[in-house]
Amino acid sequence: MNQPQNTENQAAQTVDEHRRNFIGTSAALAGLTIAPGVMVYGIAHSKPEQEAVTNKVRWGMLIDSSKCADGCTDCVSACFTENGVSLPSTPPKETDSQWIRKVELKDMRTGREQSLPVMCQHCEEPPCVDVCPTGASFKRADGIVLVDRHICIGCRYCMMACPYKARSFVHEELTDQSPDVPRGKGCVESCTMCVHRVDRGEKPACVEACTKAGHEAILFGDLNDPNSEIAKRIASKATVQLRADLALNPGVRYEGF
Amino acid sequence: MWKWTVGIIAVLCLSIAYATSSSAPSVGPKIVIDKSRAGDRCVEDEDFMRRNHMKLLMHQRDETMHKGIRTEKYSLKNCISCHASTKDDRVIGSDEHFCQGCHTYASVKLDCWECHANKARPKAATATLPAATESVAGEKK
Repeated sequence: MNQPQNTENQAAQTVDEHRRNFIGTSAALAGLTIAPGVMVYGIAHSKPEQEAVTNKVRWGMLIDSSKCADGCTDCVSACFTENGVSLPSTPPKETDSQWIRKVELKDMRTGREQSLPVMCQHCEEPPCVDVCPTGASFKRADGIVLVDRHICIGCRYCMMACPYKARSFVHEELTDQSPDVPRGKGCVESCTMCVHRVDRGEKPACVEACTKAGHEAILFGDLNDPNSEIAKRIASKATVQLRADLALNPGVRYEGF
Repeated sequence: MWKWTVGIIAVLCLSIAYATSSSAPSVGPKIVIDKSRAGDRCVEDEDFMRRNHMKLLMHQRDETMHKGIRTEKYSLKNCISCHASTKDDRVIGSDEHFCQGCHTYASVKLDCWECHANKARPKAATATLPAATESVAGEKK
C-alpha cells in the first residue's frame, strides 16, 4: 500500500507543475471569453428530448473524500439498483460487474484512512475510445463516455486500456433488465453517469443517494458553466484528478486528499 | 366434350377459391394485440410498420445512444408499452407474443431482447380500462 502511494505522490508532484501551467492558461482563456460578455447562454440542465446533446455542456463530478463516510456504500447500492446491476455476490466473484466501487486508502506513515468512490472518470481523452476497434466505445458531446452495445463485440480491449479499471464485461446471460438500462452478455459496460437520468434533467443515482444519506460528498454539475456550483468549487479549491499524469482530463475530480 | 371440360375447370377453380378463402385466417402468425392496451392505431400505418419498423428502430437507436435524443414515438419502450401481452406484460416468450410470433413466422432472428427489457412496466391507466378486447393481426391479405 505504501509503495504505490509513494510513486503516486511523486507523479502528483510532477503533475502539479503541469497543472499549474494548465490552470494558468485556462484561467487566462476563461478571462478572455467572459470579458466580452460572451457567456450569455444559460446552460439548461434538462434539454428538450428531441434535441441532441451539445458540447456546450460537460458533465462532471467532484467527490469530496473528507465527506465520504467510511463503510457507507449507499452510492454503490443506488447505482446498482438504478442500473439493474446485481449486487456483488458473497463471496465476490471476479466476474461481477462493478460500475462503481468504494476504495479505502490508508497512509501507512500517518495512519490516516479515507474512503472514496471510484467509477468511470469520463475522460476528455478516453483511452477506451482510442483503442476500441469498432467504435462502440465513444464519448458523447457532453463528455459522457459510453459503450454502444449494438456495436460492441466484447473484445475487452477498452478494459485493458482503462487506467481506472472502470469497465466490466458481462459474462452471463441476463434477464429482467431495467427498461432504461439495456445490458447483456458479451458486452463491456461501465458507469454511464446515469445518462438516462441526466437526459431527463435529474442527477445520477449515486449523487442522489449520497445527498439522501446526508454526506453530500458527490457534487454533480456542468463543468463548462462558470456559474455552476461544481465549476465554482473547482475554481476555488484544490482538487485532483486521478492519474493526472496521464493527461486524460477526467470529468470526475476529487478533493480532500 | 368442350362444355364438359369448361365445366370441370370451373368447378375446380371454385373449389380451390373456396378452400383458399376458408383457410386464409390460418395463414400467417397468430398475434394477439390487446386493444385496451394498444389503442386503435400504431405510430404509423400498419402496412408501413410491418415493412419498416426495423428501420425506424435502428434510426432511433443511434439517435438515442449517440445524441441523447429520447423522443418517445419510435422508441422501443413505446413499442412494448402497447404491444406487450396482457397476460405477462412481455413481447416474447411464446409464438402468441407480439414480437416473437411474427419473427418466428418470418424466420428472422430477434436479438433486441437479449439486452433490452422485454417486459413493459405495467401501465397505471390499464387497470381502469374495460376488459381486454383481443384481435388477431397478421392475416395474409
